Amino acid sequence: MSTTTTETRKKEAPAGERVADWADGRLGIYSLAKANMRKIFPDHWSFMLGEICLYSFIIIILTGVYLTLFFHPSMNEVEYHGSYIPLQGQLMSEAFNSTMHISFDVRGGLLIRQIHHWAALIFLAAMFVHMMRVFFTGAFRKPREVNWVFGFLLFVLGMFTGFTGYSLPDDLLSGTGVRFMQGAILSVPIVGTYLSMFLFGGEFPGGDFVARFYSVHILLLPGIMLGLVVAHLILVFYHKHTQFAGPGKTNNNVVGMPLLPVYMAKAGGFFFLVFGVIAAVSAIATINPIWALGPYRPDQVSTGAQPDWYMGFSEGLIRVMPGWEINLWGHTLVLGVFVPLIIFPLVLVAIAVYPFIESWVTGDKREHHILDRPRNVPTRTGFGVAWITWYMVLLIGGGNDLWATHFHLSINSITWFVRIAFFVAPVLAFIITKRICLGLQRRDKDKVLHGRESGIIKRLPHGEFIEVHEPLNQEQLHTLTAHEQYAPLEIGPAVDENGVERKVSGSQKLRAKLSKGYYGEDNQIPKPTTEEYKEITSGHGHH
Amino acid sequence: MSSQENPEENLPSVQEKTEHGSVAVADENPFADPGLPPHEHRVQDIDERAAKRSERAVAFLFTLSMLATIGFIASYVAFPVDKSVYIFPIGHISALNFSLGMTLGVALFCIGAGAVHWARTLMSDVEVADERHPIEAEPEVKAKVMADFKAGAAESQFGRRKLIRNTMFGALAMVPLSGVVLLRDLGPLPEDKLRHTLWSKGKLLVNMNTNEPLRPSDIAVGSLTFAKPEGLEEHDHDFQKEIAKAALMIVRIQPDDIKDKQELEWSHEGVVAYSKICTHVGCPISLYEQQTHHVLCPCHQSTFDLSDGARVIFGPAGHALPQLRIAVNEEGYLEALGDFAEPVGPAFWERG
Repeated sequence: MSTTTTETRKKEAPAGERVADWADGRLGIYSLAKANMRKIFPDHWSFMLGEICLYSFIIIILTGVYLTLFFHPSMNEVEYHGSYIPLQGQLMSEAFNSTMHISFDVRGGLLIRQIHHWAALIFLAAMFVHMMRVFFTGAFRKPREVNWVFGFLLFVLGMFTGFTGYSLPDDLLSGTGVRFMQGAILSVPIVGTYLSMFLFGGEFPGGDFVARFYSVHILLLPGIMLGLVVAHLILVFYHKHTQFAGPGKTNNNVVGMPLLPVYMAKAGGFFFLVFGVIAAVSAIATINPIWALGPYRPDQVSTGAQPDWYMGFSEGLIRVMPGWEINLWGHTLVLGVFVPLIIFPLVLVAIAVYPFIESWVTGDKREHHILDRPRNVPTRTGFGVAWITWYMVLLIGGGNDLWATHFHLSINSITWFVRIAFFVAPVLAFIITKRICLGLQRRDKDKVLHGRESGIIKRLPHGEFIEVHEPLNQEQLHTLTAHEQYAPLEIGPAVDENGVERKVSGSQKLRAKLSKGYYGEDNQIPKPTTEEYKEITSGHGHH
Repeated sequence: MSSQENPEENLPSVQEKTEHGSVAVADENPFADPGLPPHEHRVQDIDERAAKRSERAVAFLFTLSMLATIGFIASYVAFPVDKSVYIFPIGHISALNFSLGMTLGVALFCIGAGAVHWARTLMSDVEVADERHPIEAEPEVKAKVMADFKAGAAESQFGRRKLIRNTMFGALAMVPLSGVVLLRDLGPLPEDKLRHTLWSKGKLLVNMNTNEPLRPSDIAVGSLTFAKPEGLEEHDHDFQKEIAKAALMIVRIQPDDIKDKQELEWSHEGVVAYSKICTHVGCPISLYEQQTHHVLCPCHQSTFDLSDGARVIFGPAGHALPQLRIAVNEEGYLEALGDFAEPVGPAFWERG
């Protein structure tokens, strides 16, 4: 009897299907696949930025696991007897020694180390750019605020995973960075020295921090990040991807191509493209040549010491801050270091909380799946550019010595430039960006109402020259006018209809003021109406 | 403050919804959504020869990837790990690293390029629309959940039995304390560890490079000498920790040029000894300007004037470098007359 059942089953389904049946009976994969296998993803180049983040993260994990097979997270001092001649006989920690071993004696070890480090730099850069894409197109609006926060946490955790990672080889450069961190921790009022002693197992540098950073770098932070990445992706699937306005694209649909096969191939292929490029970069561009830096000694340093780029803005904060110290009642308040330590997270939080501020100002509770063109939200775009400017000014401050030596500038004037620009540059960037956005809005309005410049000059019978404007087709007209425009919030009259004074809270006033700043008369160009369009197109034709 | 107070009329009017695919009448609203544009065929969709070319291109890329992987394995076997090779314009680089990286890069890139080319030219590129559904639950679902929660909460008697509730909160709040207590042995208490260094009365100043005790005559005008306390050797277990505090830099300044009175008193015939550890965040200071006697920390550019009590003249450091009081012993060697008078390195709360 059993043979007959097997035979009929064999006739019924091929092997692959039977495996799938088996799995479905236990995991419910068919329901999962029904919802996702042909899931539609919209196409736009900027949607790839997030993919670069994901893929570089995977590459970091793969190469990182390989590196743990050879790396010794120990600060025991050993004498170097590896194959790199210039460091022969030098005293160094086992961490440095094993990193030398990976770089010079393990075949392919150097390549994997360099892929790991390059992928980390690209990971952070891609997260930064991806975050800006999400910011400038308003993709963070309801229902995606939580995913924005997940992404932000990934960026911040990525910074610290990077920092703890590049500190592991215990080389002269990274040791200097760790010393910087320890000096910053010491500045914390009341508990600074305790934090430092607990973190380093005693006085700096001690013999513990490499082992401690190691478990933070390979287990604690990546573990949290992996969880956040999975949550981030689940939410992307659950919310369905945003899309730009265009013909056939509404807030209630998502237009694109299915996961199987197009995005399986495109996204899967893109992983290999990213990995391939990083491998090639690692073949030709040296990164973190610890053999040239040498092992860490607290009494030695090289010039031009720079952290990895994503830590550069904190470096800028600490370099340009005046060295204020307040000594009172036998205690020291090290403002010169503590203030940058406080501003450091605030710079990051400033961009993280923005979505919540905007949704408070608009009071908009609806879901948004159509992306904004940055020009159509001048205040947000201005704020974003101001933030990037702020960040970049601090990056310049972090590399003030390199700017000075490469461009033959005075380091004092660069420092003063950064001190002033820290306050002024974001404001200027905001104003300029907003003006540009409004100009682009006017241009769009012009295009809608008067058509596109065709480049054809026509001479009229009476001698006048005109340029022929070609009207846009309906698809273009729709795309340019699909965005929504808010009306500014009004507080209303100060007294109600009975002449009694109305109570308006301070936060309501602030909100009305902000709303006016966002959507007031001079802060957005009213989009063309059908009446305007009809009047111009039917009445006098082009002019 | 609540957004409920926000009048609805401030929100933009909801776009008139056109059904997907339907064509709005242009007369009525020229800006209306005309619906998805018709699919435009690619050359591969209509010309089988073009499609064949794409197929061959994809297969070529995948084959190239296979060859590159073979090249990777061959490089791994063929090149010794220490062989260097000249590659224009990079220069001399490790042959193994270069060949492994390039072959791996090509092997991976070609898989990606093949897959993307396949997707772009041969797989269907017809755009389709999927409906979205609100993330928010329907009111009935919400009502059911709330009712379930109320029932569950009531059955637990959580709200009614306050004694249970409060003691449970207390227990849950307290239990993590054990974890915090366990962290105590991460390190010792600071006590006065940051106030003391290895320097003490009578300790000789030993040249960091030669490991020989220094005489005043060893310190030439314009030179910068690094020193450590006698008895501290590189092989010592706590060398790193001690040198992080005790590292010293010595310069010679014409006594007439020393502006600070105490500095002059604490020096010996113009030889002055200062802590090498920057008072900003603790980098070792290593750049010395002979003419002005300024020293500069290369990390954050704090600049100190060694001829004027090492006061800060530029940069983010908050206070002067501590000076070590020195003299010459009977044998003519430089010696310390005690420890630093104040803590070296970055400032901290208890520094005072």
